[in-house]
Amino acid sequence: MHASTLLPDQRLRLERVTKRFSAHTAVDAVSLDLAEGEFFCLLGPSGCGKSTLLRMVAGFETPDSGTIRLGETDLTALPPHRRPVNMMFQSYALFPHMSVAANLAYGLKGLGLSRAQVAGRVKDLLRLVRLEGFEARRPDKLSGGQRQRVALARALAREPHLLLLDEPLGALDRALREETQGELRAIQQRLGTSFVVVTHDAEEAMALADRIGVMERGRLVQVGPARALYERPANRYVAGLLGDVNLIDGRLGRAEPGGIRSVETAFGLLRASGEGEAGNAVVIAIRPERLVVRGEGAMEGLSGLLTEATFLGDRIRYRVEMANGTSLRASAALPTPGPIPTVGETVTLGVPAEGAWILPA
Amino acid sequence: MSGMPQRLGRGLVRGLPLLWLGLFFLVPFAVTLKISFSSPATAQPPYLPVLEWEGGLEGWREFFEALDFQNYQMIAADALYRDAALSSLGYAALATAILVGIGTPTAYAMARASARWQPILVALVIVPFWTSFLIRVYAWIAILKPEGLLNAALLKLGLIAAPLPILDSPFGVLIGLAYAYLPFMVLPLYAVMSRLDPALTEAAADLGASRARAFFTVTLPLSLPGLAAGALLCFIPMVGEFIIPDLLGGSDTLMLGRVLWSEFFSNRDWPLASAVAVLLLILVVGPVVLFREAELRREEAVEGPQR
Repeated sequence: MHASTLLPDQRLRLERVTKRFSAHTAVDAVSLDLAEGEFFCLLGPSGCGKSTLLRMVAGFETPDSGTIRLGETDLTALPPHRRPVNMMFQSYALFPHMSVAANLAYGLKGLGLSRAQVAGRVKDLLRLVRLEGFEARRPDKLSGGQRQRVALARALAREPHLLLLDEPLGALDRALREETQGELRAIQQRLGTSFVVVTHDAEEAMALADRIGVMERGRLVQVGPARALYERPANRYVAGLLGDVNLIDGRLGRAEPGGIRSVETAFGLLRASGEGEAGNAVVIAIRPERLVVRGEGAMEGLSGLLTEATFLGDRIRYRVEMANGTSLRASAALPTPGPIPTVGETVTLGVPAEGAWILPA
Repeated sequence: MSGMPQRLGRGLVRGLPLLWLGLFFLVPFAVTLKISFSSPATAQPPYLPVLEWEGGLEGWREFFEALDFQNYQMIAADALYRDAALSSLGYAALATAILVGIGTPTAYAMARASARWQPILVALVIVPFWTSFLIRVYAWIAILKPEGLLNAALLKLGLIAAPLPILDSPFGVLIGLAYAYLPFMVLPLYAVMSRLDPALTEAAADLGASRARAFFTVTLPLSLPGLAAGALLCFIPMVGEFIIPDLLGGSDTLMLGRVLWSEFFSNRDWPLASAVAVLLLILVVGPVVLFREAELRREEAVEGPQR
């Protein structure tokens, strides 16, 4: 069931795609090249334009400018029913008056398939999403997880070159979501179809995607694999979106060997990785797990008062109040090598230069 | 503690509508039914027997013995009533079909209009109710009569050579019915269509369906409850409609409403008129029962094969 992989080039290319709703620019000059068979996530809070971008690729919105191509085909002006692209809707949009089988077969009409071929394809799809035996059910007699799988199978029925998924796991509860992430990923790899998923959940994006594109107010601000985005965010917005982060304002100092710079901050001189012109105002981003918390004087570092230590099973989360009144958050995997400091103790915070990243202010 | 007043309140809420229905629907119907079994008389009231309360049990017996099916036998024997019933059903069915044809695209367009326009469009559909029904039907006379607006316009445009006799014709009745009942078709349809998830038609388009296929395979089937409600809301009162055939249909138009009117007011034959009214009720209850049964069967067909 993967005709798409046999064709030479069916990659999605967006070129300066822009969409305005009256005065509001929903999508602002977004350019993006997808790799063959890639699992791509558009990540951002609601209203950042990710769904509008997806709807433009599906054909439900027309861009004000820019082009959308799939391989050699220019999709920009094609109506949705002519695009070799399918979408899985956030609400699933299953046809409530049709059985599961009729829902799956809906997209197979007009493809020149015989009745037996359609039946065979429906059977394959049911097997793909493990719903054999459910063909006669109506959508309202299915559980949320089953509906989600019918929606996925229906969107895959026409063997699209590209599948768009709008918050595909948004309606599922937490436990089911984690299980379904793995399934979604497995199906995508089996079929080799390119997936573009829209989500506001960073953890989900990291679990699913080969690459993540972070959107902010209509712009695509950073594209890359989860790890690159997490460890080397382009700005404080991306840093905060992907996970907890300490942000420390400072002024860039001189360069040291190995790409390390010194930065003047309220806590004194810190060493961090990154580039920039000396004297520029910058922000240092440090993930909590990069900060090392030890007893007073155990090592070199910043001194602070431990005000909170929260046990979370696999790790412990600290809050350390610094001399100037601000707090830094740190976390350590459990079990830790040394003794766990107690609340009220004065501790030393180690700030490794390779875990502190210099961002534009 | 609050049990008693609460139960009393609940009883009131349930009891009042029942009391209302009983007093203003069941009792009048029982009276009509009784009169339909009576015989006409030159008296006040114009029928016999009249129950004498002083007569005791014997009076009751005499009263019931005097009731008979004579009026119904007369209706069955006289082709006029059968023809009027059939013609009423025919007019109502044809007008309902016209209303479905006009109302469906109207409601669909309203449901797909932008959120800002929808309340305005609904208001426009309701606006005619602010004018008396009688006056609105009268206005159609001015439009349809040989020297009226419609004929004048068609003559001016050179589409016709002589005025069309639309007024006082079956065609005039159909125009009147379709005009007067359109809101009752559009509003329930709109209510259902506007609540459909727009993602459903998008999903159909996404799966390769043209706009027409998406409409006929997704929107229309899901709007059937609204369509059925609208059709019944129009069909039932149209079967018994009196004003429209009387004003726009001319003297030849045969409809039960007019027969009923002339039996009551021209012939002062209350028993026969009551029998016609009962017949009319049976005629319009029929489609409702059939509709309900079809609904139930459809639901069973839906629920049947799963398990």
